[in-house]
This record gives sequence, structure tokens and C-alpha cells, in this order.
Amino acid sequence: MSANPASRWGLRFLGLGYLTLLLLIPLVMIFYKTFEDGISPPLDAVTSPDGLHALKLSLIMVAIAVPLNTIFGIGCALLLVRHKSRLNPVIDAVINLPFAVSPVVIGLSLFLLYGVGGWFAFISEEGLKILFAVPGMVLASIFVSLPFVVRETVPVLQEIGTDQEQAASTLGANGWQTFWKVTLPSIRWGVAYGVVLTTARVLGEFGAVTIVSGSISGQTQTLPLFVEKQYQNFNQTGAYGASLVLALLALVTLFGMNLLKRKEDA
Amino acid sequence: MEAHPANLPAPTASRAGLRLPGIGTGVGGGMVMLYLSIIVLLPLAAVASEAFSLGLGHFWEQVTSPLAKKSLELTVVCSLIVVVLNGIFGTILAWLLVRDEFPGKSLINAVIDLPFALPTIVASLVLLTLYGNDSPLGIHLASTRAAVVVALMFVTLPFVVRAVQPLLLEMDREMEAAAASLGASNFTIFRRIIFPNLLPGLGAGVALAFARALGEFGSVLLFAGGLPDTTVTSVFIRNQVESNNLVGASAVSMVLLVASLLLLGCVSLIQRWAVRHDRSSSEFIPTLTKDVSGHGGGA
Repeated sequence: MSANPASRWGLRFLGLGYLTLLLLIPLVMIFYKTFEDGISPPLDAVTSPDGLHALKLSLIMVAIAVPLNTIFGIGCALLLVRHKSRLNPVIDAVINLPFAVSPVVIGLSLFLLYGVGGWFAFISEEGLKILFAVPGMVLASIFVSLPFVVRETVPVLQEIGTDQEQAASTLGANGWQTFWKVTLPSIRWGVAYGVVLTTARVLGEFGAVTIVSGSISGQTQTLPLFVEKQYQNFNQTGAYGASLVLALLALVTLFGMNLLKRKEDA
Repeated sequence: MEAHPANLPAPTASRAGLRLPGIGTGVGGGMVMLYLSIIVLLPLAAVASEAFSLGLGHFWEQVTSPLAKKSLELTVVCSLIVVVLNGIFGTILAWLLVRDEFPGKSLINAVIDLPFALPTIVASLVLLTLYGNDSPLGIHLASTRAAVVVALMFVTLPFVVRAVQPLLLEMDREMEAAAASLGASNFTIFRRIIFPNLLPGLGAGVALAFARALGEFGSVLLFAGGLPDTTVTSVFIRNQVESNNLVGASAVSMVLLVASLLLLGCVSLIQRWAVRHDRSSSEFIPTLTKDVSGHGGGA
């Protein structure tokens, strides 16, 4: 279909206008609002003890949740693609659950499981605090970001086939040798893409973490929770300062996604 | 079962002597199930157990309480509006990205994914600044139902674009050329050839967007607020947790959960159907006649 000039311009106007109002202006707005009163107010907010603690906590979430979900993701994808089993459809469905469940429901589920009277309440009674503490927030982060590595790795594994892995096995490589020298190098860009998505999701997660953390300033606040608290305390520039940090990380994520897509296609 | 050698299934990778860590030993499968149980299944089972802990009658009472019903209705209606809008604009954007050339196209293509990367609370904050009471554009939507719709439009924008885009890329343009040479107008070509071919992607994208919209929390929170008229279901659940009505929160959560699962089920049905459909299209002539006569009525 080769649209005539009038309808072509009409579609451009509609599509790009929609995108501008919905995405582009808001993105520019974050930068504008942050530096509206100069560079020091947002900087002060982000480098305040609570702001720095929130940043540190966000990075801790990433440091724990991303490696765990990456290892699990690769293993699970190998199992789903390379090993036909009757359990596969079940695993496949469960993997998708975090996409289907509201973040608030995820928070509630951990609240019920580890809270007073919950099935795992004994862990807190033994002295390891889960709720309103870092472990609960880590569990929430792992839950919400679980599917990404699996979802990005499965299609790549299907595509590369088993010829090279079979050859390696025939030549006497053991399982781990085959994995490190043949499988992983072929799927690395798919895995990396999944890791980028996982990281972005962990950094940005709000709903699930807010329920299990209690959002205590300087203790159980990640950056997104810090943004909300600053806004509630009528400190808009503080909220925007932290938002800008998150927006810049989002832009890095977008850049990484594009780079990896090209590597994957190449 | 006594099977003739010729009837045996083709050897799968593991049977053909493929060695990979954890494959074929049962250890890998066990560990995957353990991880999924601790992280996902047990927590969700706890919600289900809590929802029905005071009996089916109490569950129903909680779900049909005036405020719960109101939030569910608001969420479903807003989500429906949003997926229709994003279905239309998402398809237009996908078409622009595949079939049109304009400066900055690759940048636009990258920006589409922004809602996946940008934290929802940041989206809520910036939408509030832009379309709130101090709106520089003079558009005041804060704490209205329109704000719910705009917030959900923002977070679900990429789903339809990214589901339709690959189908447009792969689409065989000879069919369109044939239709055009036979005198079909652009609108007819879109309605009878392009649209039916995009339908699986559009359906999957819309269903995913719908599932996401039903559970959305962060982006709605600051922008639409928690007034009685703008309390979406996820905010309602949060409020119930804060007022310590865990059974009520769990009951409404179960409604959301089942709705999302049904939608995801739809997505996988659509995908399976699309794969079957795709296979048949490898035979060129049957597909052409099928598509033209199947969707065209009595052309």
C-alpha cells in the first residue's frame, strides 16, 4: 500500500503527535523541571544522606536480584528448549506469572507469606527480618524481574539449534565445557538483552517494594520510593533530582537495548 | 507401549547424546521448580489461601463491596479505553516505523520502549507536572478519570507497536501490489489484506497491554491520586493492606490475578493460532485464495 501524500501526512501527524504528547514532552520535562531552579537543589536532594542511601539500596537490589535471575534464567531456558519434559508447559506458564500479576499483589503475597501468621513467619521469629527490611525488598525485586532473561534466551536457543553442541559432545566435551565454550557464546547477546531489561525493572520497581518495605527514609527506601516520599513532603526538586537519575538510567537502558538488538541481528 | 521403530518420535536433543549441565539428570528441573516455588508459587498461594480463609461467602462479600466493585469497574473501563486507543495509535506508529521514512525515525523507534525502561513513579510525577494543576500546556487532568487513562496509555504504549511491527516487516507486499493493480483502494487494501494479517499481533499486543493496565499501580498513583472516583484496583488493594483488611485485599487480588491469567491464556492461544496460520502460508497459492475469499466475502 503506497499511501497518498495527504493520508501519509495525516498518519504522521497522528502517530508522531501522540508520541510527542505522551512520551517526548514528558521526557524533556524531567530535565527541565530538575534544573528549573539551578543545579544545586536537585543535587543537594540526591546527595542528602537519605538520597544516597536510597541510591545505594537500589544498587544492592540490582546486585542481588540480577545475578540470581540471570543464572536461573539461563538454566531455565536450557531446560525448556533442550530437554523435552511434561513439566515444561507448567514451568512456561509459571515463568509468565510475574508479567500477569499486579506489583501490588506481588507485594501483598510476600507480606502474607512472611508476615505474622504467614507460612514462613518462623524465619522472622528466628531473627532474620524479612518484611520492612532488605530481604523482603530483594524477594520482591526478584519476583517482578524473573521472566526477562528466560524470555529473551529461549528464542535464541531455539534458533541456534543443537548442531554445534552435539559436535562438542561427540568430540568428548563434558556438559560444562559444552556450555561455556559453545552454548553461552552463541546466546550471549540474548542473555545480555534480558539482563538489561531485568536491571531496568529492578531499578524502577515501585509497587511491590513499597508494600513490603514500609518505605522508611534512610532505611528501606530505594530510589523510586525516595521519589514518592520527596513528592509527598512537597519537595518537588528533590523528587525530580532523583527522577532524573532514574530517567538517565532508563536512557542508558534504551541505548543498551538498541545496541544489543543490532548485535543480535548482526 | 510396543512401537514400530518407524513410529518412534524423533530423538530429542538429550537422547542424541547431547551433554549440557543439569539436562537429563532431573537436578536442573528440580532446582528450577524449587526457585519458582519459593519466589512465585508459594507467595501467590498465600494470597489465594488468605482470600478464602473466611469462606466463600466472605470472599464474595469483599469482592462485591461497593468500593471494591467501583474500583474494579473503573479499572476495567479505563483499561478498555486505553487498549482501544493504543490499538489504533500503536498500529499507526508501527506502520510509520516500517513503511514510512522520516528524519529521526531510528530515534523514535528507540524511544517507543521508554515506558518499559522508565520507572512508573517517575512517569506519574512527570505526567502530573505536565497535565496537572500547574500544567504548562493548560491541560488539567490531575485526579480525574482521564488521568487514569493517560497514565495507562503511557505505560502500555509499547505493547501494540512491538507486537505489530514484526508482522508488518515480514508481510508480503506482493499481495498488496496485486490488490492495487486490480483496482482496490488503499482503504480496501488495508481492510482486506493488511489488517487481517496484522490481527494476531494486534490481538496479542492488546491482550498484553490489557493485562498490564489491569494491574498498573505506580504510574497512576501520583497523577490520578486516590480519590474515591479515581481509585483503581491496585490502589484499592494497597489501601486495604494499609487498613489491615488483608482478606479483602487478597480477595480483590484474586479477581485481578484470574483476569490477567485469562488474558495471558488468550495471548498464547493467539500465538499458537498464528504459528499454525504461518505454516499454511508457506504454500503460496492456497493462502492467497484463502485470504482473499476468507476475509473478502464475495469479492
